[in-house]
Amino acid sequence: MSSCSGEFMLHPHRPAALATRGLCKRFDRPAVDDLDLTIHGGEFYALVGPNGAGKTTTLRMVTGLLRPDSGSIAIDGIDALADPVAAKQITAWLSDEPMIYDKLTPYEYLEFVAGLWRIDAAAAEPLARELLDWLGLAPHAHERCEGFSRGMRQKVALAGALVHDPKLIILDEPLTGLDAGSARQVKNVLKERVRAGGTVIMTTHILEVAERMADRIGVIAHGRLIAEGTLDELRARSGQTALEDAFLALVAEPVEAA
Amino acid sequence: MSRPDTLTWLAEHELRLGWRDWLSLMTAGRRRRALTVAVALAVFAAFMHLFAYWIVAGYANADVGSTTTALMAITGVLLLSWSLLLSQAMESVTRAFYARSDLDLILTSPVSSRKVFAVRMGRIAAGSVLMSMLLAAPFVNVLAALGGARWLAAYGVVAAMGAVATAAALALTIALFRLVGARRTRLIAQIVAAIIGAAFVIGLQIAAIFSAGTLSRFTALQSDWMRANAPDAGSAVWWPARAVLGDAGALAVVAVAGVAVLAVSIAAFSGRFGDHAMAAAGVSSTVVRQRRWSQGFRPRSAARVLRQKEWTLLRRDPWLMSQTLMQILYLLPPAILLWITFRDGNAAYVVLIPVVVMAAGQLAGGLAWLSISGEDAPDLVATAPIPATRIVWAKIEAVIGMIALLFAPLIAMLLFDSLYAALVCALGILMSAAAATLIQLCFRVQARRSQFRRRQTSSRIATFAEAFSSIAWAATAGVAADGSWIAIFPALVGLALLGGVWLIRPRQT
Repeated sequence: MSSCSGEFMLHPHRPAALATRGLCKRFDRPAVDDLDLTIHGGEFYALVGPNGAGKTTTLRMVTGLLRPDSGSIAIDGIDALADPVAAKQITAWLSDEPMIYDKLTPYEYLEFVAGLWRIDAAAAEPLARELLDWLGLAPHAHERCEGFSRGMRQKVALAGALVHDPKLIILDEPLTGLDAGSARQVKNVLKERVRAGGTVIMTTHILEVAERMADRIGVIAHGRLIAEGTLDELRARSGQTALEDAFLALVAEPVEAA
Repeated sequence: MSRPDTLTWLAEHELRLGWRDWLSLMTAGRRRRALTVAVALAVFAAFMHLFAYWIVAGYANADVGSTTTALMAITGVLLLSWSLLLSQAMESVTRAFYARSDLDLILTSPVSSRKVFAVRMGRIAAGSVLMSMLLAAPFVNVLAALGGARWLAAYGVVAAMGAVATAAALALTIALFRLVGARRTRLIAQIVAAIIGAAFVIGLQIAAIFSAGTLSRFTALQSDWMRANAPDAGSAVWWPARAVLGDAGALAVVAVAGVAVLAVSIAAFSGRFGDHAMAAAGVSSTVVRQRRWSQGFRPRSAARVLRQKEWTLLRRDPWLMSQTLMQILYLLPPAILLWITFRDGNAAYVVLIPVVVMAAGQLAGGLAWLSISGEDAPDLVATAPIPATRIVWAKIEAVIGMIALLFAPLIAMLLFDSLYAALVCALGILMSAAAATLIQLCFRVQARRSQFRRRQTSSRIATFAEAFSSIAWAATAGVAADGSWIAIFPALVGLALLGGVWLIRPRQT
């Protein structure tokens, strides 16, 4: 298995942005099975896989929303199971369904998030304004979110994920339901975060997005990491030129072969 | 199966939706619960029949039709029931206007929307009639079993009342749409519904308090003034009461009038229902701007941020406000009784304090559900760098803070008269609210705030435990207000109930 090859080291002296070892979660069947994952600081990592492969379950365990049955999770060297508060302080989570408060305005929502993350109000406010501006939400900053479209809600949620300046941003299908313009804005914001030294982990069904944005791609199936590497590495391994063909070839392989 | 596009076909569709909706409400979407629910309903029906026996058994064979006093009492009961039916019907009509559900499908289909909405209004009326008949059933059944079949005529009257209540609710809601527009109608209609539901009860109670110093709802209906000014026994005003007593002619008139009023209102309003529903659908897309009173983020602790969020969300939600308003309105009569008592120097705390404590428990249960289970951004809060216990405490503080704010004026009024009574009342409120909050905490689920109306279905145990807990703490406070040490027993029951709830609470994942 190539999950822990460690060849892609952007910052060799920094601890991994995320490291999971032997991560397991079982519902009525194993959802995540002995998963080892190492993602480095400053990396854009895409996690792809068929429906029900265990992508979301993995990320929910990493963010503390689900307790693993066994295994370990370290975020920037912090044991996330032993010290979840410290791990959460540097992590942001954005689910595919934007969960925001209908009766709050984007500005109030960001103030709420900054308060939860105990960010200095004087420092958080300019960043919030910048994010609202960046995501095209500035004209709607003082309007209640109840009338917002799905794209606008997703952008509010994204601004909330960024307002506390996290080191690690974890996103579950962030582009679902977004129009082309909104998707472009979200992608630009994420690229900018990586450029600034942040780490982004994203699940997606849109292979083109993974192909264009990710430094490395992990392919997960049946709760296990079956392949991992750069786009070229995945192509070489599968013998296919297009990522879609490579993905289909990889998920069709028996799990043992990985 | 009927031919598509006919009234019967549409009615079958509505009936199927209604049935599934009710089933889902009863079983919380878990079909395996159906047997348990059936048994629970049977037990509840038996209990209600026993309760009805205790209340009305004495009237079954009495010749109650001969006096104006009896007709007044029956009419009062009917009016009281009708005001509650009207309140419920207004709730249903408003919900039908504002629920998007299949609106797009209906309005884009080639079926006449007038026909569809006529059937939908019929469904609301059927629901209202069915509910009123179910509520009346234990009383009517007991009277019929003991006093003969003539009492079964009451079912016809109750059905007619349900039909008229729906017609009135339609007319009132449409009038509100025209007067204040789609945006404000929802809030006003729900507040009006809450006030109508409570107004008659409160009005009678206030009248009773001033006339006799009691909380009995029917004292005013039997007063000398009412007897002197009521129409004579032959007046048409008493037909519904006469119909209840088995007068076939009066029953026929009441039933025909009920059906006619409903039919006329459906015919008059079904054509415009679509327009109003579309206007209501547009409300969610309208912009509500919030004024900023201060520039910049305010430095606050995470716990304070959470408390503030809960209070802001409640303050900005008219629907939730109207739901809680109903409970607060019922506090008005005890407050007036307190004022009368204070003025006269009497001590009626044994009656007053349990009512207040009970209301506090019920109100706290609703608020706790909103705060703890009705979290619209659960992932955000759960991934925040705050210990889970701290989050829970902040939410509990939000609930208790709101209860304290609402009940503080009452406690302050009590303080003027009796320090002991104020202390007992404050402790009772605290215990009742804390217990209701703990119960909601033990049975917390992940839900959206908009599901508040259905919060009882998420856990029947929590609902019953909350009710019994409020009763136990109300009894404790009442007995303690009387200065008796026996108060320790209901308190122990309340604590045992909490212990039981803690032991059987579901495991949180």
